[in-house]
Amino acid sequence: MLRFALNDGLVEVEASSGLPTLDYLRDEAGLTGVKHACREGDCGSCVVLLGQPENGAMRYRAVTSCLLPIGALDRHHVVTIEGLNRRNLTPFQSALDAEGASQCGFCTPGFVVSFAGFLLTAERWDEQAAIEAVAGNICRCTGYASIIRAMASTLDRIRNRIDPAEPRIPALVRKTLLPEYFLGIPDLLANLGPAPSKKFPSPSQVMVSGGTDLYVQRLDELVTSDVFVLPPSVETPIRVDDIHIYLAGAATAEDMKTSGVLAERIGAIDRAMSLMGSLPIRHRATIAGNIVNASPIGDMTVILLALDAEIGLIVEDTRRSLPLRDFFLGYKELDLRPGEMVEWVRITAPGDAAVFNFEKISKRTHLDIASVNTAASLRLDRGRIAHACLAAGGVAPIPMQLPQTADYLCGREPTAETAIMAADVARSEITPISDVRGSAEYKRLLLGQLILAHFNVLFDVEEGLVKEATA
Amino acid sequence: MSNREIAPHTRGESMFVGDLPDPPGLLHAAVLASPVPHARIVRLDTTPAAEIDGVECVLTAADIPGENQIGGIVHDEPLLAEGAVHFVGQPIVVTIADTPRRAREAAQAIVVEYDELPGIFDPRQAAAAGSLIVPSRTFSSGNVDEAWASCKVVVEGHAESGGQEHLYLETQAALVVPQEGRRLRIVSSTQAPTAVQRIVARVLGLSMNDLEVDVARLGGAFGGKEDQATPWAAIAALAASILRRPVRITLTRGEDNRMTGKRHPYSSDFKIGLDAEGRILAYEATYYQNAGAAADLSPAILERSLFHATGSYFVPNVRVTGLSCRTNLPPFTAFRGFGAPQAMFVMESAIVRAAEVMGIPPKVIQQMNLIGEGDAFPYGQRAQEGNARRAFNEVLERYDVASLENEVAEFNLSHTLVKRGIAMMPVCFGISFTSTFLNQAAALVHVYTDGSVSISTGAVEMGQGVNAKMLNVAAHSLGVDPERIIVETTNTLRVANTSPTAASSGADMNGRATEIACRSIIERLRKVAAEILDTTVDQITIVNDRVMADGKTSELKWERLVSEAYLRRVSLSTQAHYATPKIHFDRETEKGEPFAYHAYGSAVVEATVDCLRGTYTIDRVGTVHDAGRSLNPLVDMGQLEGGLVQGIGWMTVEELLFADGRNLTDTLSTYKIPDILGVPEIEGHFLEDADNPNAVMHSKAIGEPPFMYGIGAYFAILDAMKAFRPDRKTFFHAPMTPERVLMFLHGDRLQASTEEIAEAATVFQR
Repeated sequence: MLRFALNDGLVEVEASSGLPTLDYLRDEAGLTGVKHACREGDCGSCVVLLGQPENGAMRYRAVTSCLLPIGALDRHHVVTIEGLNRRNLTPFQSALDAEGASQCGFCTPGFVVSFAGFLLTAERWDEQAAIEAVAGNICRCTGYASIIRAMASTLDRIRNRIDPAEPRIPALVRKTLLPEYFLGIPDLLANLGPAPSKKFPSPSQVMVSGGTDLYVQRLDELVTSDVFVLPPSVETPIRVDDIHIYLAGAATAEDMKTSGVLAERIGAIDRAMSLMGSLPIRHRATIAGNIVNASPIGDMTVILLALDAEIGLIVEDTRRSLPLRDFFLGYKELDLRPGEMVEWVRITAPGDAAVFNFEKISKRTHLDIASVNTAASLRLDRGRIAHACLAAGGVAPIPMQLPQTADYLCGREPTAETAIMAADVARSEITPISDVRGSAEYKRLLLGQLILAHFNVLFDVEEGLVKEATA
Repeated sequence: MSNREIAPHTRGESMFVGDLPDPPGLLHAAVLASPVPHARIVRLDTTPAAEIDGVECVLTAADIPGENQIGGIVHDEPLLAEGAVHFVGQPIVVTIADTPRRAREAAQAIVVEYDELPGIFDPRQAAAAGSLIVPSRTFSSGNVDEAWASCKVVVEGHAESGGQEHLYLETQAALVVPQEGRRLRIVSSTQAPTAVQRIVARVLGLSMNDLEVDVARLGGAFGGKEDQATPWAAIAALAASILRRPVRITLTRGEDNRMTGKRHPYSSDFKIGLDAEGRILAYEATYYQNAGAAADLSPAILERSLFHATGSYFVPNVRVTGLSCRTNLPPFTAFRGFGAPQAMFVMESAIVRAAEVMGIPPKVIQQMNLIGEGDAFPYGQRAQEGNARRAFNEVLERYDVASLENEVAEFNLSHTLVKRGIAMMPVCFGISFTSTFLNQAAALVHVYTDGSVSISTGAVEMGQGVNAKMLNVAAHSLGVDPERIIVETTNTLRVANTSPTAASSGADMNGRATEIACRSIIERLRKVAAEILDTTVDQITIVNDRVMADGKTSELKWERLVSEAYLRRVSLSTQAHYATPKIHFDRETEKGEPFAYHAYGSAVVEATVDCLRGTYTIDRVGTVHDAGRSLNPLVDMGQLEGGLVQGIGWMTVEELLFADGRNLTDTLSTYKIPDILGVPEIEGHFLEDADNPNAVMHSKAIGEPPFMYGIGAYFAILDAMKAFRPDRKTFFHAPMTPERVLMFLHGDRLQASTEEIAEAATVFQR
């Protein structure tokens, strides 16, 4: 029996834990304001807010309900568009109305929910941040300009009226941006008592981490399954000791994006991760899932490979670890034993002389799967490259390190000439194929260009590159 | 001016077909579609499906009581395949079960054996094999063959433009509920309720009066629910009429993308001749339209390509030929612009190539050749206004294009790995269905005794704001508060024999019909008012819910007037019909006046290319658009911005890929449309003092024209690419994906020739 708060009331649901939340909301709960247009987390029309108590206050995350197993709702608060409506239009709904920012209307509830997620969590009333918060919502009619205007005018309206530092939910309720029942949700959830503790999955059970890829690939099977829903993000998803940075398998892409530890020790992670899925996807997609999915193009995987990560696996009380690069055996083939879960990934904390860069090119710049992605982690010593580790995705059946390129770089000065030669080496050690993300020729060319881009970002070798290009 | 549709949208309260409450006994239909592009069906065994628990029945072509034929222009498309399949995604069997999942499971259990036949996917190959949907057509004016001799510059080339998935967010859906006797009520997500009614009647062997089709709103359409909504309504109707139970069908995104048609890919050849200054003297083009496996609307779309072959320009000697080529792909269909964008892309390509050869900016040729008042289009009609030039010049001034060009040039001098580009894009679009008979509409207006008003028209609301416009027209024509008026669903019982809501003409024609209906009621009410106020009818007007008599506000209010009229047995209802006057076209001579008028506009598009990575951004678009005297500026600005971004998508990130007839881009993860982070800053302005005497309340249609501003995105990117590689010859192959950009900029690193690289980039696509 699942017990959770749905909008303003408690519900008890008897269902297979694998049932997508979307199906429950529309078919069982009759909440048809939740739309669906893709069922793969790419359109945002089914976005809901998922809330849970954290440090004494409710914390809400926008998530796509099509990829969310209902088993993950236990003891949570689920908010749909119906749960955001007040008697009159909220200020944001009014702004959409005034700007003509809804045409066919099919995507509109999703935008309203995602924007509410922004209002609940924003650190400041910044327009660009609001745009990023709704970037997972696709609109085919408006061209977005009017939606941007509606968000801007809403933010103008609250900028001087809600201090970002004051308790957020009461402030939003006071300004009619949220219904009043939100204030009572913590008490409502407290009445439910703690969730029954989870053991290990049974051998036949499918384990669902974030579900953001699993529910795209195996929906029909999961709908009626009793899946094992891995606990959501852990208390300290990313931690550091003297030597290592540990990332929990359950750490999400958003945990990585917002990690102070990673930002300080590796840098450029925030920008890199902003290219990885929309916020509702980053809220759910986990490091373990990204690795175990074994996509040749996994963004997090490529980043971790370039940091030469080690992976820690656990089944019941048996643990083992191995270098991440050895975990991938072939296309979608892993060194993973039955029942094993990714407990952690750890990287050696880079020293002061280390630099890191991530490059990703996709047909659409944001929120798209890469044609080619690559990361480079380099350490300099007295003006020369003392250590190099590079990785690339989309250029082989597995996400791979580029050992020959790294070998070539070691001991050389980080100049344009070095970059150009390294690009040649990189192009020679890959085996891309032609697919919907691009032709093999393109991917080969592109990886070389991205090696140049690594050098240009890290060492500003533009002048040398131009000289070569025009030679 | 507002749009009343929006508030319920923002609350998630607007109902789409999939949101309607389940009628008692509802069943769900699913479709088994062909997995192969061309084959004979050797064996079809549906028993495994029928045996699944919860499956009510399994239907094939043999179960169709009427004609198995859904073709409109040409009768060449079965509802369910019989004996052979002609494209991947062609429906073969319908399964009906208690849940949608079970219906799909049943469809997958069906056993079909295919004897595969060779497929044709390339339109030029189809043309070479004589596989045409209809005979080719040629529009000509002047004498092209003689004109070449007087040209200083003559250039030839090819242009390719890709298909485009509509990606309306609401997938195709229909709900059919049996009524008494053999009658059916059909709720369909269609732009063409009458087409659904006509085709379902044909398929079921019923009369049109056995069927009611009701449409509340569509979750996006863009042309993709003009002809292509019909089969799904017909499938649900077939099942509902056989089982006498309600049946709903809702396609999944994957099914929708695989089974339904999209914008036509075109492969074209052009030849353009100019004098030394850049005046275009002659233009010749051949369009190979990839029509897919059935005619659908392809011949009409190709016709519009021919009408818009010369874009916004006056060219004295023209010969353009269109071939609608039958291939083994899903039947391509209407999509915003209806063949005009494809033709305009070719024209702009020709101009850019000519400019490249002449060493002058394309803008010089564009500006010099814009069509002026009284200039004739190749089909004989003359431009009624000089708005092509007005809009272009206003863009130059308003956005200070000369300074922008200087900025771009300076930027490109001081930057090596990043380049900027700029392009102008003028648009001229003919308003009216090119099939003259479709240019008619009707409205039904009721005034109830309490003074409230109900408006029904043939126009379907799909986000384009036609309901808001009908409300504006009715409120203005009646002189009452818009709050009194409701615009009803589109329903074949209330308004019959409707034309599809398409060709940008929905508001024009249905607005006129509404205006006529409202006026005839007002005429009756004025008589009543004159009687009550003891004055003459010509002294009576109704404004803001009040009767004005002899130039003064009287005590007589709308409610009392209406109720008095009722007591005096005066009709408070009217049905009105409107047929666009004057238009005609002779398909023998390919001459006539097919359009009520033209809509014009211009845009300036700025782009930046990262020449290291081969990526780009469209930075800013400034437009001046001719919307006549806008009926609803809020709605029209939405059409301008939305159409523009859709056009940019077609030219940049939206790449429809097929391999051996299989759609490789049938999901949102493989087919990308513009997202909020990728759209440019847009400045939209309407041309001022542009009253249009030829449409309702001096407005102009706006649904399609702004789409074509997006073409400027291709050429702005190309301009930036040329700044990095002035040595390379430009190419015209849309969409301009990052792959094509990088191959142009750096493909020679692979030691391959330009042609080989261009080939490499396209081979996969076929």
